[in-house]
Amino acid sequence: MKPRQKRLLLIIAVLALVSLAALLVLKAFKSNLVFFYTPTEVVEGKVPVARAFRIGGMVVDGSLQRKQDGVSVSFSVTDTIHAIDVTYEGILPDLFQEGKGVVAQGRLSENGSFIADQVLAKHDENYMPPEAAEALKRAREMKLSE
Amino acid sequence: MIPEIGHFSIILALWVSVAQTLICFGGAVRSSPRLIAFPRYSSYVIFLLTLAGFCCLATSFLVDDFSVLNVASNSNSQLPWPYKLAASWGSHEGSLLLWVLMLSGWMSAVSLFSKQMPDEMRSLILGVMSAIAIGFYLFMLLTSNPFDRLLPPAVDGRDLNPLLQDPGMVIHPPMLYMGYVGFSVVFAFAIGALISGKLDSTWARWSRPWTTAAWCFLTVGIALGSWWAYYELGWGGWWFWDPVENASFMPWLCGTALIHSLSVTEKRGSFKIWTVLLSIITFSLSLLGTFLVRSGVLTSVHAFATDPERGVFILGFLIVVIGASLLLFAWRAPKVGLGGNFNFISRESALLANNVLLVVAAASVLLGTLYPLFLDAMGLGKISVGPPYFDAIFFPLMAPAMFLMGIGPVLRWKNAKTLELATKLKWAFAISLVSAIIVPILMGGWSVFVSIGLLLGFWIVVSGLVNLLEQIRRIRMGSERTIFQVINSLPRSYYGMLVAHFGVAVFIFGVTLVKGYEEERDVKLAVGGSVELSGYRFSLASLDDLIGPNYNGIKGTVFVHGADGKLVSTLYPEKRFYHVQSMPMTEAAIDTGFFRDLYVSLGEALEDGSWVVRVYLKPFVDWIWGGAFLMALGGLLAISDKKYRSKRRSVPNQATVSS
Repeated sequence: MKPRQKRLLLIIAVLALVSLAALLVLKAFKSNLVFFYTPTEVVEGKVPVARAFRIGGMVVDGSLQRKQDGVSVSFSVTDTIHAIDVTYEGILPDLFQEGKGVVAQGRLSENGSFIADQVLAKHDENYMPPEAAEALKRAREMKLSE
Repeated sequence: MIPEIGHFSIILALWVSVAQTLICFGGAVRSSPRLIAFPRYSSYVIFLLTLAGFCCLATSFLVDDFSVLNVASNSNSQLPWPYKLAASWGSHEGSLLLWVLMLSGWMSAVSLFSKQMPDEMRSLILGVMSAIAIGFYLFMLLTSNPFDRLLPPAVDGRDLNPLLQDPGMVIHPPMLYMGYVGFSVVFAFAIGALISGKLDSTWARWSRPWTTAAWCFLTVGIALGSWWAYYELGWGGWWFWDPVENASFMPWLCGTALIHSLSVTEKRGSFKIWTVLLSIITFSLSLLGTFLVRSGVLTSVHAFATDPERGVFILGFLIVVIGASLLLFAWRAPKVGLGGNFNFISRESALLANNVLLVVAAASVLLGTLYPLFLDAMGLGKISVGPPYFDAIFFPLMAPAMFLMGIGPVLRWKNAKTLELATKLKWAFAISLVSAIIVPILMGGWSVFVSIGLLLGFWIVVSGLVNLLEQIRRIRMGSERTIFQVINSLPRSYYGMLVAHFGVAVFIFGVTLVKGYEEERDVKLAVGGSVELSGYRFSLASLDDLIGPNYNGIKGTVFVHGADGKLVSTLYPEKRFYHVQSMPMTEAAIDTGFFRDLYVSLGEALEDGSWVVRVYLKPFVDWIWGGAFLMALGGLLAISDKKYRSKRRSVPNQATVSS
């Protein structure tokens, strides 16, 4: 082979490798995106079935309940229009508090409650998780437009 | 008075940078030797001025000058002094000052260690660096002045974020920034080479130690950050694919690729255009990282008050730097000749594949990090991309790269023979394969994932050793030297490569074994209660009140007994409550061991006085950071190679033993 042909082949090989990798990446990307919904959207049935998603809002005051084992908890998350029940097994983050913002990731169960496998709270006292803020903002806009 | 002196010296540093930039480029245009000599000295001036500014800020923090806004918002009179010092770079403003301090430090280092470089080249490099510095000084002075006064002064400060009150956090940011900013040197080398048109092996040889140095700092910085997350965030993970982590990981991946492509450019004269582009990309990603972390786009411990003005400034700066350098690249690159030729089976090909894989990995991290931000900015909804995505792409991308890591160093440059390669490595592969099958069974539980992980780890180690033995044998053939003399005669950079690659193997062992065999339990424990976890018995002996300098809390005493009933360790997990920021914090207690970590953290207090406690058994987890430090050590060895200290010499074109 002449050097030029060799170089051309090499470039083709690299391009093939890159396209293969790109295909793989995009496929993984598509199947692992986690979308965000507000509690109202969950109640309205706009959420995907059999796929993980995120919800955000405020933890309803007095809604935190703990089972006997101390590890299983349930609480309600509201965007001020609708609230949904969330169940979670594990230790809640340090900054989780009733009446404060929270984000949960998980799936919807058959009875309409949300089974979280991850609960996120804010990082410090003056900051609200962006998803929680977004849920409240959308709820405000909905109320205004009514 | 002290803050004003600091402010003033930063303004002076800005003006000296402006002068230096103008003089450097002016000198290049007119090729005036007097102008060209200027930056050698002005670089030191910029550094000293910035250092003075930094010392002023640190002093304000140490003496609790709450009339300075930055001090009042990020420190407190009760804060222990090492954290007061760390708080001076814990805030957005302070971290920018640290950024420019590092930049001017690197600039002085270039000026100091580039005696053998032609004056025109050094002048161009320092000119590019001071131009970058101008952008950051302006950003700091216009949008985020660390010396702003607060009138009337605060009675006391609002304290440093408790998450950052930790020894690891004192050194993590300086290390990380040294890495980020260090890539500016490589960037400046690339731009200088593009402008002067001298893209050759000499340029590559100058760039190599600087690239490796920046990469070492970045490696250590990332490892420290990961280690901090492991013990300080309280929940035992070591990498979360958080956008802030990704921001530092992308330049690391590209920097790793750059180290390898530079070796080809130096030894063989190939990949020149690619190497230049990669230098530009690596530094651009460092800037992007700074932008993502410091502009408030990302919400995390690192992000501060969201200020659109700052975001716009950095974004503008980013566009100017990246746009200008890519334009210059597009204009000058076609004039660069092609390098030496090589066959499909050759070390060049292996390194090319390594580069493709690393860059694709960096690109996919970029996609996962920026796409959610992009959608959000466009108002198209909020999405998040979690660990499953990154896990799904990293394994298939990195596994071939790890496999190549065993082959690459054994391959000859230009043209290697497949048969010869197979003869050399067949035993290495057999040993790795057998170990990868046996070890998981000994660990008590075989799985495909663990086996493949271990196979890659063993493969890197064994093929590295095969490579070393072969080098020794080749040199000994026909010479009278003893084995020690031979070992001594191999270049440091070669050992650096081996150590760094072994570091990767150690890292793989850590990751694989933790993922494969870690055990975790969340349980409710009252004082006197205990929980069993794979042979270890954790019993909560007592809960005591705790009074710290700026917090109070609860300290648990947990005895850990082994299967034979002997006391293995006593752990003291804490739950702290920081007064000023009214923020609770979990301080995990860890018994660190060579083969396993025992990890206990206090979760939440329950009404009946018991606690939800998390216990972990993490086998080989410290190998993750140990591997990272070995990688950095390898880099250090490579920099200390005497070939970088020698005076100018002809370009070595023979296939020598080296990384």
